[in-house]
Amino acid sequence: MAKTQLEELNRNIYDFKNPDDYSFKAKGGLSREIVEDISRRKNEPKWMLDIRLKALETYNKLSLPTWGPDLSELNMDEISTYVQPKTEMKDKWEDVPSEIKNTFDKLGIPEAEKQYLAGVGAQYDSEVVYHSIKADLLKKGVIYTDMESAVREYPDLVREYFTKCVPLFEHKFIALHYAVWSGGSFVYVPSGVELDQPLQSYFRLNSPESGQFEHTLIIVDKGAKLHFIEGCSAPKYNKVNLHAGCVELFVKEGAYLRYSTIENWSKNMLNLNTKKAIIEKNGKVDWVSGSFGSKISMLYPMSILKGENAKTEYTGISFAGANQNLDTGFKVVHAAKNTSSVVNSRSISKNGGIATYRALVKILPEATNSKCSVSCDGLMLDSLSKSDTIPVNDVQTSDAEFSHEAKVGKISEKAIFYLMSRGLSEDDAKAMIVRGFASPVSKELPLEYAVEMNRLINLELEGAIG
Amino acid sequence: MEKLLDIKNLHAKVGDKEILKGLNLSVNPGEVHVIMGPNGAGKSTLANVIFSHPEYQKTKGSIVFKGQDITNKKTNEIAKLGIFMSFQQPEEIAGISVFNFIKTAKNKLSGAPVDFFELKDEIAENMNALSMQENMQNRDLNVGFSGGEKKKNEILQMLELKPTLAILDETDSGLDVDAIKTVSNGINMFLNSDRALIIITHSTKILEKLDNYFVHVLVDGKIVHTGDKSLADEIDKHGYSTFKGK
Ligand SMILES: Nc1ncnc2c1ncn2[C@@H]1O[C@H](COP(=O)(O)OP(=O)(O)O)[C@@H](O)[C@H]1O
Ligand SMILES: [Mg+2]
Repeated sequence: MAKTQLEELNRNIYDFKNPDDYSFKAKGGLSREIVEDISRRKNEPKWMLDIRLKALETYNKLSLPTWGPDLSELNMDEISTYVQPKTEMKDKWEDVPSEIKNTFDKLGIPEAEKQYLAGVGAQYDSEVVYHSIKADLLKKGVIYTDMESAVREYPDLVREYFTKCVPLFEHKFIALHYAVWSGGSFVYVPSGVELDQPLQSYFRLNSPESGQFEHTLIIVDKGAKLHFIEGCSAPKYNKVNLHAGCVELFVKEGAYLRYSTIENWSKNMLNLNTKKAIIEKNGKVDWVSGSFGSKISMLYPMSILKGENAKTEYTGISFAGANQNLDTGFKVVHAAKNTSSVVNSRSISKNGGIATYRALVKILPEATNSKCSVSCDGLMLDSLSKSDTIPVNDVQTSDAEFSHEAKVGKISEKAIFYLMSRGLSEDDAKAMIVRGFASPVSKELPLEYAVEMNRLINLELEGAIG
Repeated sequence: MEKLLDIKNLHAKVGDKEILKGLNLSVNPGEVHVIMGPNGAGKSTLANVIFSHPEYQKTKGSIVFKGQDITNKKTNEIAKLGIFMSFQQPEEIAGISVFNFIKTAKNKLSGAPVDFFELKDEIAENMNALSMQENMQNRDLNVGFSGGEKKKNEILQMLELKPTLAILDETDSGLDVDAIKTVSNGINMFLNSDRALIIITHSTKILEKLDNYFVHVLVDGKIVHTGDKSLADEIDKHGYSTFKGK
């Protein structure tokens, strides 16, 4: 039997590009002038400019990570850090310029909003172009808006939390982020308020040779409950694009946050994203993460279990195809007693793709009676591809239960034969095995997004016998 | 009458090792053919080779099914023509339910959409007939199934996918008395005058309900002897020693 050549992904609907049409595009590179200019254009208070300048200084001091994928091809001089779309933020889709609205229509955002979302934010290049929230949530005191508006309208709240979860000196690209951040969503859910439908923010990068640096800040106050969904995509260009977003999550006593992401970047994207949650007593954060596309991803969501009894679960999948290096994983710090974490990670690699699971588990001495269980599974679809797990476990108390299970293997030829003997083609058989392998993740997503994820998996696998 | 399956002078190897060494077998509609033979004789290989398993190379001979030469066809194309195999060791597929798997397979075999509710009912009925717990429909395919449950699940698929020719590779091995009865019921539900069965087995228990059948003795990659029901009883008593080295 001829070995199937699975072709390069056909990203059809994600790949349409609009003309590079903007009202302002910063010249490539990173300088004090550019940073000050971004701040001026946003009409920011001085404290925010100070953060940006401090971050710039930090960026210049820090060096590239000495581990993980090779980032040497990133030339900041070729990256425009700020691209202002030709519109201001609207709260009605009719008011969004048609070219941009069409983009989000194709991505299914307005339709999803009608059917099952409590609010939507849509970012195009560097600025949010649409934001809305259901009226009854406003009445309950829920805030859901773009970061710029939040800085203007809720300065005290923003100032109290901004950079407090992810500090600007943590690594080079988070310093870069804070220097030029633009867009992103701000969410505040007051004590006791439970949202029964999700909020979704979607980030679309259209402009070539540019970067997207959205900042998402979410505060779920005591006993409140939220499901937040983040989506990202970009069309493919020949030169490198950069995504260095930041997500800061604050989950207060007894609060619950589910943070679901499907990232689907084009294969010229360097995705260096930072996400972290601080979870107080009895609080819980569930991460559900699908990482598709990108040339290089370095993405390690992190939970800090700060209060007693805090909990977190991470369920993630990544898919690395030809010329892709996806370095992802989950980090957790147990910093109080009776805390618990469950990690279930899956990675798929094909056509020479590299999928690495890089993780940290830290259980501090005070985190007595804590539990952590990690399971990670790598599936290679051919012998060219690589899958690896690099766990770092630092358990500082004997009074904790910790288990780690890692499995890496090639797709089973026997299983493919079994399925083919029932009438499935080789491609269908592989797709079924991969879908099954991904099912722990798709099960955690709302139905519509699970369907979307399966579609992405099929797109990644697509390409008939060559 | 046109033969359903006609295998002529079949030779097959894995790497440099020849396993099938000139095997002949003809099967007509309505017939049951039992293949017996010592371990390592090439029985599973025969089933795999009929299905163009990629590890085996056919070096000589031909396989014709319903008048079509299938010697060089792909596994899934062979399935679509109406051949089924119950595996000696069914594979476990995590994350795919028995129901979804059968639904997909039915859809691929027929090319037509499958009615969700009709299929649910039909599967439930067949599961009942095979004394399988109905909630097994929703479990991951073969994952954590006992040996017996896996084999019953193969028979369930045979009943659902409705092939013309089914090859059962040691479906009865390792089953308890009740399970053997159940599988044997499944076989009776399956059989009609258009269909045929090739049953690879070491025991005649599974065949008790059948009036008559052919028995072939497969030794060292060839069928060395063919007879009827009585041959099976003989083998039961005396083993294969009389056929070896013939
Ligand atoms: N994939 C394979 N690779 C190497 N040897 C094989 C393979 N399949 C079968 N064989 C060998 O061929 C012979 C016949 O095997 P098999 O058909 O499984 O026997 P049976 O089913 O009659 O017990 C055995 O010696 C077995 O080891
Ligand atoms: Mg065998």
